[in-house]
Amino acid sequence: MRTYLDHAATTPLLDCARDAMVGTLGMTGNASSLHGAGRASRRRVEESREVIAGALGVVPSEVIFTAGGTEADNLAVKGLYWARSGQDPERRRVLAARIEHHAVLDPVHWLGEHEGAEVVWLDVDREGRVDAAQVRAELEAHPGRTALVAVMWANNEVGTVQPIAEIAAACTRAGVPLHVDAVQALGSIPVDASLPDTMAISSHKLGGPLGVGALIARRGLELTPLTHGGGQERQVRSGTLDVPSIVGFAAAVDHVLGDIAARSARIQLLRDDLLARILAVAPDSIVNGALGGPEARLPGNAHVSFPGCESDALLMLLDAAGVEVSTGSACSAGVPEPSHVLLGMGIDPVRARSSLRFSLGHPTTQEDVDALVEALPAVLERAGRAGQIRVSSQMAAAARDGA
Amino acid sequence: MKVLAAMSGGVDSAVAAARAVAAGHEVTGVHLALSRNPASYRSGARGCCTIEDSRDAWRAADILGIPFYVWDMSQEFAADVVDDFLAEYAAGRTPNPCLRCNERIKFAAVLDRGRALGFDAVCTGHYARLIDGPGGRELHRASDPGKDQSYVLGVLDADQLAGCLFPLGDSLKSEVRAEAAALELSVANKPDSHDICFIPTGDTAGFLRDRLGAAPGEIRAADTGEVVGTHEGAYAFTVGQRRGVGLGVPASDGARRYVVDVDISTSRVLVGPAAMLDVDRITTIRPRWCGPRLDGPAHLGVQVRAHGEEIPADVRPAVDGFVADLETPLRGVAPGQAAVLYDGTRVVGSGTIARGAA
Repeated sequence: MRTYLDHAATTPLLDCARDAMVGTLGMTGNASSLHGAGRASRRRVEESREVIAGALGVVPSEVIFTAGGTEADNLAVKGLYWARSGQDPERRRVLAARIEHHAVLDPVHWLGEHEGAEVVWLDVDREGRVDAAQVRAELEAHPGRTALVAVMWANNEVGTVQPIAEIAAACTRAGVPLHVDAVQALGSIPVDASLPDTMAISSHKLGGPLGVGALIARRGLELTPLTHGGGQERQVRSGTLDVPSIVGFAAAVDHVLGDIAARSARIQLLRDDLLARILAVAPDSIVNGALGGPEARLPGNAHVSFPGCESDALLMLLDAAGVEVSTGSACSAGVPEPSHVLLGMGIDPVRARSSLRFSLGHPTTQEDVDALVEALPAVLERAGRAGQIRVSSQMAAAARDGA
Repeated sequence: MKVLAAMSGGVDSAVAAARAVAAGHEVTGVHLALSRNPASYRSGARGCCTIEDSRDAWRAADILGIPFYVWDMSQEFAADVVDDFLAEYAAGRTPNPCLRCNERIKFAAVLDRGRALGFDAVCTGHYARLIDGPGGRELHRASDPGKDQSYVLGVLDADQLAGCLFPLGDSLKSEVRAEAAALELSVANKPDSHDICFIPTGDTAGFLRDRLGAAPGEIRAADTGEVVGTHEGAYAFTVGQRRGVGLGVPASDGARRYVVDVDISTSRVLVGPAAMLDVDRITTIRPRWCGPRLDGPAHLGVQVRAHGEEIPADVRPAVDGFVADLETPLRGVAPGQAAVLYDGTRVVGSGTIARGAA
């Protein structure tokens, strides 16, 4: 019996989403075809678009289906930058939070490196919160120079919820489009889709299938396409539509956004219990991010530093004990860097490397929390011993290095 | 046992891990990330340290059904292997970084961390045998003389050997490849690695020049003292080297000339005929004993290169190392290389060559 506490990475497919997908997997038509089979597929796509638009309170034409959150973020960041700086070459500034997901962080960085963007990284406080006053001040200090602002709704690592309403107001006043990555927020906390100009959402984070997401883009907003081809989605996004995934996505959104308050309250109770019991078994551990209800922090997120332990050792030992968690920062096959989110919050690299993210989701139960708390003391004891050896071996290596 | 299988992405370590699984051990695969900025793809004869190699290791672990993680050892590797490599060259010695990596990283930093995390041993694809003898665990040459890697393990002490598992020691390379193919491991036909893993281009001289800077000097003939060329850094030369010396003036007798001495303090490189390279006595420092230390004179075999021949010698302990009087002269013994001592197939220990003398 394994305990899965990595729902922020991906969460199991909801039954309603699976059932909806299964019902379309045998369909033949390309949703762009003009015959009956094509129309049948198109109908399922448009019904799904209406469901998602309805759940979010936007109009259907504002839903642009993509292959996931990362594509939606890229389309917004690059598409807005190219469109805005194309209309007015003076608009080359991009304001983005330091703690953005790599799906925003990297395209913004790339625009700075290759497309002449002048990037301003927005600071966060020790809890990981962007200061709306800084956004306002930056916009006012350089009127007519900013192409876009990008601030995520809630952070994927530490769960801190951003003051999107205030930031959106500042952007509206300055006439600058705001992109919000709501991949972690949607389905977890209330999201007012009317605030941002573009908003990235993902299906699999809320119980839909992998490989599909959407960019919610205000009507009439100009976006330069990233992919060119059939122009299936509002002439901005090309590619044959993935009907089963879109149908599953819509089913999941419909289900999750229907009872968000009750679900979130249940998950938050479990999360608070988990945090309290971690602090009880590991009194020197430190909770990262904002504390509080869904207005401050994602209800399913717990992010904790365990001083003296290395996160990769903790992850491995918990994995061996049947508990699946995350170090919070992605790493391919190279060397994991300390999280830019934690560093941005002013946390030192050593503590950053001692941190784990526990994320709860719709199937999480009290037994999952119990299993983690039960496994943790032995894991911390071993990881602490390995951590001491690591520190002494690195100090010895550094001493030899200096000699 | 709980076994940590170090998986480079090559065929040997994958089959070693497979054998550990088959032997009933509880095996966890780890790929050691030794570079902060790994290249994406393999190039040349390297067999590890790229993202592609890491993926290969991961796929092998998948097929074996064992957990797999990447361990960041880049800081230790930079300090203990790469910086040491540079310091040794800067001091006029020619190090073997594979021995250092085994001594300080694989069977030290990794083994210690593994033990703390609850593992009993580190399993690798080295071709060497471990035999539990009356006096403790012994390290022996592999059964396949063509693949024997006991030389690069001659730096491991008894405590390190107690935490080792070398499942390939009794096998031929061809058998290991066949076994990999039978297990449907995608690495079954991956080429062997040869070069220094952190110098992907194979251009050691360029690597040294970039990091140690230019230190120009003269190349002189050892016999006449005549200046026969110039160089950009004496550290780039190794005693016994013939290629790439770049002499402008041919020897008077037309014979091939070799580097016979390198003096870092004066940036002077001496060249001379092959006969000047013959060495009868080797003096070493930094001894490492694979079991009991040598406590008196003994007749042993000495090997000074990874794939060099073993020369019988009279060996006696010295203050900080040992002295070996060779029965037949060795040609081209460079300071910094390891001299590994053998008693039959058993590895007795090793030392770093301080100097050779005729």
